[in-house]
Amino acid sequence: MSKLLAIGAVALLGTASTAFAAPSQEEMWKIIQQQQAEITSLKEEQKKTDEAVAETDKKVEATADAIEATGGSIPKSLQWATNTTVGGYGEHHYSNYKDSGAPGAVEKNSSVDAHRYVLFIGHKFSDTVRFFSEFELEHGLAGGGTDGEGNADKPGEVELEQAYIEWDYSNNHSLVVGQFLVPVGILNETHEPNTFYGVERNLVEKNIVPTTWWESGVMFKGQIAPGLKYDFAIHSGLHNDGFNIRKGRQKSAKAVANDLAYTGRIKYTGVTGLEVAATLQYQEDLTQRANNEVGETSSATLFEAHAIYNVGDFSVRALMAEWDIDSDVAEDTGRDEQSGWYIEPSYKVMDNLGLFIRYSRWDNTAGATGSEAKRATDYGLNYWLTSQVVFKVDYQNAHEDTSVDSLNIGVGWSF
Amino acid sequence: MTKYWFSFLLLFPAIAVSEVLKSSEQFIEEAFESSPKREVLWLNQEIKAQVRKEIDYQLNQLRVRYWAQGSRTAWILEEVGKEEVITIGVVVDNDKIEHFNVLVYRESRGGEIKHSFFTKQFIGAGLKLARNKMGLSERIDGITGATLSVRATKKVATLALFLHQQTDYATHVEKK
Repeated sequence: MSKLLAIGAVALLGTASTAFAAPSQEEMWKIIQQQQAEITSLKEEQKKTDEAVAETDKKVEATADAIEATGGSIPKSLQWATNTTVGGYGEHHYSNYKDSGAPGAVEKNSSVDAHRYVLFIGHKFSDTVRFFSEFELEHGLAGGGTDGEGNADKPGEVELEQAYIEWDYSNNHSLVVGQFLVPVGILNETHEPNTFYGVERNLVEKNIVPTTWWESGVMFKGQIAPGLKYDFAIHSGLHNDGFNIRKGRQKSAKAVANDLAYTGRIKYTGVTGLEVAATLQYQEDLTQRANNEVGETSSATLFEAHAIYNVGDFSVRALMAEWDIDSDVAEDTGRDEQSGWYIEPSYKVMDNLGLFIRYSRWDNTAGATGSEAKRATDYGLNYWLTSQVVFKVDYQNAHEDTSVDSLNIGVGWSF
Repeated sequence: MTKYWFSFLLLFPAIAVSEVLKSSEQFIEEAFESSPKREVLWLNQEIKAQVRKEIDYQLNQLRVRYWAQGSRTAWILEEVGKEEVITIGVVVDNDKIEHFNVLVYRESRGGEIKHSFFTKQFIGAGLKLARNKMGLSERIDGITGATLSVRATKKVATLALFLHQQTDYATHVEKK
């Protein structure tokens, strides 16, 4: 059987070789040699191309290096400018007050206000020494002079809010000298309109804290552990004989400095989304020695604590602040105790749209018998056009004084 | 009083202020088991435009250097927080972030972002495209008072994932 197959196979091969005339061995050798020559020449060409590509790569890299190196360079004479920063923020408001409906009542006018226009200028002198300032025009138009009825002609104010030198005297610890924002509350130091809800700043920080509040002096600040920060400041104090805290701010404008004040704060931000902080301030005499002859000083202590917690799209801010003024004169006015608190939950419907509601309660004459706290509920929304530009709408419902119930619309920005 | 202030100063030893937390060399060395290949990604107009539009990041250079091995790439990228540049090292493996380290922090505030309680949130994050913006597949919880630094870190993380997609080392190329 296998023999038969073998014969068959040979026969087939025989027919195949006669069908295609195979090249002779010589011809095959020739073909191989030709191919070999081709391969060698191709290889050489390939090598040349590779070398050229590598050379080009080197040239391109060198060109890019050169472009990138010179692209970033600026004339020596302009180098100071790279250490100077300019920024700012601002907000425009429209408020429509509700009519009280009472016959003959004088209704509050609706208003449009260029509430704040602020410029920041900072300069870095060295890696460890910086200057920072905040210059503000409030209510659009400022200047002296009053009309016949004693009202200011021009309602605005031009203010220097901050101007200080900050020196990092060691890693994580700095010294601030000059005029700075008092380390207290949520809004006092961070008050760019895109960072908070509501057209107007909240009433508790405005009336109790009192935001925006700056003083002049020295402040030590730094970080003791990841997220655990301290501030300790010795600075100019408030000055008001009637114990009106907000009016007591001297704004570092030829401020009476018979008595200094001491402020300390501890703040913890060591967990994502969380901030808890507490501030304590002490001033020996809020009247700046006005009642020296009768031998009375009115020492003032402020305690403030707050928490912010963001989890997912939910966020909540809560703050309480309390003044304790220790003197008979203060007790007579009922202003020896002034306190307030607010809570503000909010929810981000989308990345750039958030809703909030805020309940505030405060009393500037809490020391008086029968004094009733004022209350307000605000609700509304923020729409962020970009992370730094915001449109705001809210409604403020003041429970005790309905004449200030208002619909507010605002636009704000910071950069 | 003066003398108390002075003693307060003495509590803190004068250490150099430059905040280099980890050198680039050390970061790369730790990111790979053996020495990786040094690569260059050339940035064409299309990449630059997409990054500007969808990540809000300005790529001003002509190319980005990176290190690569297998399915893994390492990037050293920069972004401005409030005023100063933050240098961040990102290792992407199998299209997900494996290491995220702040290498140099120069801002005077917002320093919480350099700590692991914050940076660990980036680990495992991939690229996500939502409403024509590129972002991260994982939620990154912010730090109050460090909004701008947090924003910078998110941009850099997104950028590293996007650049990784532009290389031959990407495991799965996202088609738009």
